[in-house]
Amino acid sequence: MMIRTMNVITWAVNETRHLRVSCPLSWDVLVFWGPALLVAASLLMPPLYLIQRTIEAGPTTWESLLGRGTLGVIGRTACLAVGVTVVSCLIAVPLGWLTVRADLPWQRLWAVLTALPLVVPSYVGAYLVVAALGPRGMVQTWLEGLFGVQRLPDIYGLPGALLVLTLLSYPYVLLNVRAALLRMDPALEEASRTLGYGPWKTFWRITLPQLRPALASGGLLVSLYALRDFGAVSIMRYNTFTRVIYIQYQSSFDRSGAAALSLVLVAMTVSILIFEMRMRGRAHDNHNSMGAARPQALARLGYWRWPALFFCSAVVGLALVLPTGVLLYWLVRGVQVGEQLGSLRVATQNSLLASGLATGAVLAASLPLAVLSVRRRGRLSHTLERLSYLSFALPGVVVALALIFFGIRYARPLYQTLPMLILAYGILFLPQGVGAVRASLLQVHLNLEEAARGLGRRPLHVLATITLPLVRPGITAGAGLVFLTAMKELPATLILGPLGFKTLATAVWSAVSEAFFARAAAPALLLILASSLPMAFLILHEPDRKL
Amino acid sequence: MLIALLPACGGPAVDPESSQGASTGATSETLTIYSGRSEELVGPIIEQFREATGVDVEVRYGTTSEMAVTLLEEGDKSPADIFFAQDPGGLGAVSELMVPLPEDILERVDPRFRDPQRRWVGISGRARVIVYNNQRLTPNDLPDDLWAFTDPQWKGRVGWAPTNASFQTMVTAMRVTWGEQKTRQWLEGVLANEPIAYEKNTPIVAAVAAGEVDVGFVNHYYLYRLLQEEGESFPARNYFLPDGGPGSLVMVAGAGVLASSDNQETAHRFLRFMLSPVAQQYFATQTFEYPLVDGVRTPSDLPPLSALNPVQVDLADLADLEGTLRLLRDVGTLP
Repeated sequence: MMIRTMNVITWAVNETRHLRVSCPLSWDVLVFWGPALLVAASLLMPPLYLIQRTIEAGPTTWESLLGRGTLGVIGRTACLAVGVTVVSCLIAVPLGWLTVRADLPWQRLWAVLTALPLVVPSYVGAYLVVAALGPRGMVQTWLEGLFGVQRLPDIYGLPGALLVLTLLSYPYVLLNVRAALLRMDPALEEASRTLGYGPWKTFWRITLPQLRPALASGGLLVSLYALRDFGAVSIMRYNTFTRVIYIQYQSSFDRSGAAALSLVLVAMTVSILIFEMRMRGRAHDNHNSMGAARPQALARLGYWRWPALFFCSAVVGLALVLPTGVLLYWLVRGVQVGEQLGSLRVATQNSLLASGLATGAVLAASLPLAVLSVRRRGRLSHTLERLSYLSFALPGVVVALALIFFGIRYARPLYQTLPMLILAYGILFLPQGVGAVRASLLQVHLNLEEAARGLGRRPLHVLATITLPLVRPGITAGAGLVFLTAMKELPATLILGPLGFKTLATAVWSAVSEAFFARAAAPALLLILASSLPMAFLILHEPDRKL
Repeated sequence: MLIALLPACGGPAVDPESSQGASTGATSETLTIYSGRSEELVGPIIEQFREATGVDVEVRYGTTSEMAVTLLEEGDKSPADIFFAQDPGGLGAVSELMVPLPEDILERVDPRFRDPQRRWVGISGRARVIVYNNQRLTPNDLPDDLWAFTDPQWKGRVGWAPTNASFQTMVTAMRVTWGEQKTRQWLEGVLANEPIAYEKNTPIVAAVAAGEVDVGFVNHYYLYRLLQEEGESFPARNYFLPDGGPGSLVMVAGAGVLASSDNQETAHRFLRFMLSPVAQQYFATQTFEYPLVDGVRTPSDLPPLSALNPVQVDLADLADLEGTLRLLRDVGTLP
């Protein structure tokens, strides 16, 4: 039956190829190229700002930058980025497979929980990990009572930073892997099984290569996130680039020195991008079949169920339960001591508003870029898509300052208004949307769209009725990611937000910076809750895959 | 595009407390403050100013350095009227953008707590102290001055925060009073004792109480915050070095008015309010800082400012950080 359908469609496409009208230029420009170039113009602001400030750097700045430990900082940063990416992929692939393809008990629950650690801000997560697992933290106190353990091994430095960043950013990869698995045509795997390969071999040689685009784009996000993160590395006292940049701002208020360092970060980003391109390989060749995702039987785990459950619980426990538990403890203790918690209604509203708008803006901006890079291959569209990643590794404060530089000179009425903040969020989070949509789009075969066009549908109709539904898992993954990360964004909100614009993230930071832990616990828990609900909703409403 | 449609979506929700003042007051004056001091610390007193005068005050909270670089980036187009900073370093970085203040404001505080170029005035003070774990140490175990911490008996027992502005200000005071050479020797001596470096002061106090380290170099008021939250059984206490020296430095948080401000009169009103007995009493009793204006009582368990024996250093010297940073990087405490 399927073979007959394939034959019909192939015939239709071949017959109508000469009839197929290439998209009129105006349609292309209006829907894709125009918006893409607009987006690209905004994306160029941070690098241009950095170049401008770097040029102003004086000789003392260069002297201190090119001296001592800059090479060491580069090495340490690279170490962290690579480590976090590798371990994240190692965690995300099994978790993704378990929550999509296996008959794990309470699969939906695990699907939601394993994707949630992204809601925990890194400065909160790191603080809590130290509070719990530090040399004299809560776990040590508990162990001291039981076993007389005086001091736990030091968690600071690379191990701590690696732990925190991996636990909090593996969902980037996980969400992409899940979306890829959901859209994957099982025909290849079924063929491989009937031809004699066991489940492991099938996974290794058939499934995993098909996951490469998802792993590449997720891994890219994770590595760039590890470059940009400041909260975790500062608490774990691991001197990466971001920490050095902040110290430049903090100690010498030196914008040119910080800008020069940020340019090095951009250079590192470019090298990671090049690497990812190699990794991505011949992704567009990966789906020769006309495949459609079909519901398929879940793999039976049998006794493997118990190790699988243990693995899921361990990850979720460390990444989600531990931070939430400590926060609840602080909250209860604070309430008992009678600490004032303050109203968080306004902060919650603002957080939801800003994050919602940012999600919309990012998706609107990602679609043209992703479609162009997949469907209109060429140097320009490729460059535009890569451009979106350029600023992803930059600390939020740098992007904010770049927008101040341009905003206060050329867009004064918009300065310090909500639209400008949304623009900052857009620049900061665009790659998440682009990567997710692109990975999904790669799994939609071109012929489906061409067939629809050949059968008479107009381009917009094709976009709406064929393409968009097929990339829906990618879009929802991207939307969920952007919403989460926008909820916990801090430096750009502080610097660029409208005056008096409090969000849950700023409330947490404000309280933690003055050691008011109970007062930090309430907004932190609200933040986690408010970020989790949309995520849970999106995951629970995924297309049903069970037979 | 979507962004162009956003202004139509309606503005963001603004804290209702900030718009109350405008409706009760007779004036429609506004004031924009960039504050490096957190909302927890200064929010209540700014609120009192709002209610007392009816001025519509908008505050941007952040770290002193973030606000300082923001002001530098905005330049003369900045919408801010006042910069309220945690330390003189931040004020010094922005001082070219600030205007000299009227004499009556400057005269309310001691000359050592204001800018010699009259561009900013100190509002509250804090002292450097040693925080120690009182379950493991008594005041008798602690030395009389800072130099003693280069002794090997303190190996592995010290916590400090080299990236923190107050620490760097203290090192600057060392360079002024002890000289460059002795300061370098002190830094190298303490480094040889393998101190644990923390990001800020609060983690040091928490670490001392947890027993991760025995002593730490911090500002005096963090302890009180933690005592309030954790109770009297919290095993950390402040120790004021009896011999004085840079280890007893008193630093100020201060504010200045920006040249780009259109509301300089209102800004001056705000500064006068901050230096009034009401506000100074607030700082003394609510944030546990030192009031800088005569006639306001400090909390009973804090040694009075006069008894502190702080080193006599011109605050203008402390505002210059370049040399300190170079030294810290040279010695290896800063990356």
